[in-house]
Amino acid sequence: MILKRVRLVLGVISLLILTFLFVDFAGLLPAQKVPLADIQFVPALLALSFGTVTALLLLTLLFGRIYCSVLCPMGLFQDLTARFALLFKKKKKHKYTFSPEKRWLRYGTLAAVVGTYFAGWSVLLSLLEPYSAFGRMVTHLLRPFYMVGNNLLAGVFNHFGNYSFYHTEVYLLASSSLVVSLLTFVFIGYLAWRYGRTFCNTLCPVGTVLGLVSRFSMFRFKVNDETCNQCGVCARSCKASCIDSKHETVDGSRCVACFNCTTVCTKKAIRYEFSWKKSAPVAVVSQDDSVASRRRFLTTIGVTLLAASSQAWAKGMHLATNKPWVRKSPLSPPGSISAEHLSAHCTACHLCVAQCPSKILKPSFLEYGVEGMMQPVMDFSHGFCNYDCTLCTEVCPNGALKKLTVDQKHATQMGYVTFVKTNCVVFTNETFCGACSEHCPTQAVSMVPYKGDLTIPYLNTAICVGCGGCEYVCPAKPAKAIYVEGNPVHRKAEQFVDTNKKEVKVESFGF
Amino acid sequence: MKRRDFLKAAAITGLATTFKFTEGMDLMAQKTGKIAKTNLKGGGTDLVAVMGGEPAQMFQKAIAELGGMGKFVKKGQTVCIKPNIGWDKTPELASNTNPDLIAEIVRQCFSVGASEVVVFDNSCDDWRKAYKNSGIEAAATGAGAKMMPAKEISYYRDINLPRGVKLKSAKVHQAILDSDVWINVPVLKNHEGALMTISMKNHMGIVWDRGFFHRNDLQQCIADICTLDKPAALHVVDAYRVMKTNGPRGRSTSDVANSKALFVSSDIVAVDTAATKFFGQLVNMPLESVKHIALAQDLNLGTMDLSKLKVKKINL
Repeated sequence: MILKRVRLVLGVISLLILTFLFVDFAGLLPAQKVPLADIQFVPALLALSFGTVTALLLLTLLFGRIYCSVLCPMGLFQDLTARFALLFKKKKKHKYTFSPEKRWLRYGTLAAVVGTYFAGWSVLLSLLEPYSAFGRMVTHLLRPFYMVGNNLLAGVFNHFGNYSFYHTEVYLLASSSLVVSLLTFVFIGYLAWRYGRTFCNTLCPVGTVLGLVSRFSMFRFKVNDETCNQCGVCARSCKASCIDSKHETVDGSRCVACFNCTTVCTKKAIRYEFSWKKSAPVAVVSQDDSVASRRRFLTTIGVTLLAASSQAWAKGMHLATNKPWVRKSPLSPPGSISAEHLSAHCTACHLCVAQCPSKILKPSFLEYGVEGMMQPVMDFSHGFCNYDCTLCTEVCPNGALKKLTVDQKHATQMGYVTFVKTNCVVFTNETFCGACSEHCPTQAVSMVPYKGDLTIPYLNTAICVGCGGCEYVCPAKPAKAIYVEGNPVHRKAEQFVDTNKKEVKVESFGF
Repeated sequence: MKRRDFLKAAAITGLATTFKFTEGMDLMAQKTGKIAKTNLKGGGTDLVAVMGGEPAQMFQKAIAELGGMGKFVKKGQTVCIKPNIGWDKTPELASNTNPDLIAEIVRQCFSVGASEVVVFDNSCDDWRKAYKNSGIEAAATGAGAKMMPAKEISYYRDINLPRGVKLKSAKVHQAILDSDVWINVPVLKNHEGALMTISMKNHMGIVWDRGFFHRNDLQQCIADICTLDKPAALHVVDAYRVMKTNGPRGRSTSDVANSKALFVSSDIVAVDTAATKFFGQLVNMPLESVKHIALAQDLNLGTMDLSKLKVKKINL
């Protein structure tokens, strides 16, 4: 059927583009110009894009959960997994069975997500929000392979003198987020392999919310009592497990509008049709295997927390010979306004992490507390924030990182420089260095006379933007001599005053 | 590409990347270095200083005075050009080497029959932005050169520096090691840490681990890296725009002097000496304070005594 083809084509396009955005370390596809992330439900809601949210709700009210079948990358991932599973299953076409709605689990999960979110814990929302969970899966599980593949290609091409591919460093972004992504992948992947869209219809908070609307949608799937011979082929093709062929009902709240049923029905007894003529009762169902599902869910959370806390313990143990320091406040990314704003708007999709050309955004562990786990934090172990770059603020679909112009970014202090003189090589070795000042875009760190011709860092924190150039490049080991302390609320950075304005004329060579 | 070709290429690449540079090969590399040096001791000019022209024009004058590019680059040779592309800054801010100068050098290399010219730097800022916004990528590729990436360790190979005092070995970019000839094209800048950054300091962009330099006596390490067995055939110091303060990154055009000069020599110590003296007219900079220059002279890398050399000064 034509509608199924359309949905398939659109779905594949969304899935490919969204996947590519998260693996594209080279910035080949400018994410800010492809608004697919911006029209995801929860990001749009948190970005307070009421237009987008209204449009999505309206779309659902008119045509059902088209969002779930065409736009949501996690939904499409599950379809892909189910499709893949077909290759390994016998009785190829007959695979799903009707299952009653697990109402308590559905609404209980939604209530827990909303409740914890308003209590200041966005982590549960981040875990279950489908777009973000998908983004993390791609960022942490697929992106490294993409990068390795790129490096192999670069090796071949560079060998023949072609440098259009280049090697890039592949490293672990954050083990906690990797574990979470892996668990998400295994958990949702398993459900999809076995049962189709179970996640969408039992745990996904977006699915539950849209389901509230879609059960009343203008166009719905309906079984014609007269032509249906109750063969059950529709129910077996329904990955949402929402067609009860015995009672000839379709649960509109769980239907993801995949058009499988209308395609397989030989009698044309199930149809996608205008349904506002008469009201349709929704099937009331029992909850037999909700306990098993809940158990799985709780196990996942339990394992995650266990893995996470073991990481925390490992992190606490590190040896240092020079004076170690501890950052008191985490460095929230450009445009995040404050750690609090970030926490309230971010669902940890990691698009900013995947796109940051300077490799400074990393998923947090406990920097923002458990409640803000996996949200992006600035980390200067692989680079520093480019003074003129505003990419992360442009790609964030949630409004967690507010768009900044280059001038606005220059006037924002994300953190401020701190100097530990006793760790500095100029102090300890009495040799030249100046690497920190060299990288400082505003000369918040400048070099002033020390002993003899030696120069030593001098700070002017008022003009510091907190880019971390100094911290990244400081050669002192193991603890750096200079670092950026985070501003829990971003401040205004003063503008530097130009020195030596006067033009010096040179007439001769000087030798 | 056929699967077989792909596998072959992958295997070759694998071999190439895991290959260890041996002492024997160091000796082979040394030859080209020596040839480049003896080239110059033919009674010709040792150092050319040009003033008052545009970057390309000044280079044309200077290279003609040194006997033409053909003296340094032979037909069929591969050339590596190493500018300073440290920063994501536009040319007028003088943080990077002038793109017009790079384009002219590339053109000159091809005009004497170079088979390939590659350009790279181990940038400090995001290299993709630095390559682009410095204008060097467009200038170099426009003239027919290839821009080579440098921001990943696999582009580097270990070399030994037996003459080095503090720096005994380093990972050096393969473009330097694999080319037949390389040309060092720094921009003249003040440097808050090393005091000056010219030809010698520009060598920090051919190595992978700069942190080692900073931890282990920066000035000595700068001199040490210049003892590599394959010195640049030419050092072309771009002083068209000079960063006089807040270097090497700089903040605004108020840090820049439009001094329109160029210094070219195969003697790294001499050319840095000349450039520092020139710079001293803009901002007080005693030659002896720039320690790496004297340390390099101690390592017999060249002379600070310009009176010993045949220096040609050209005012345009």
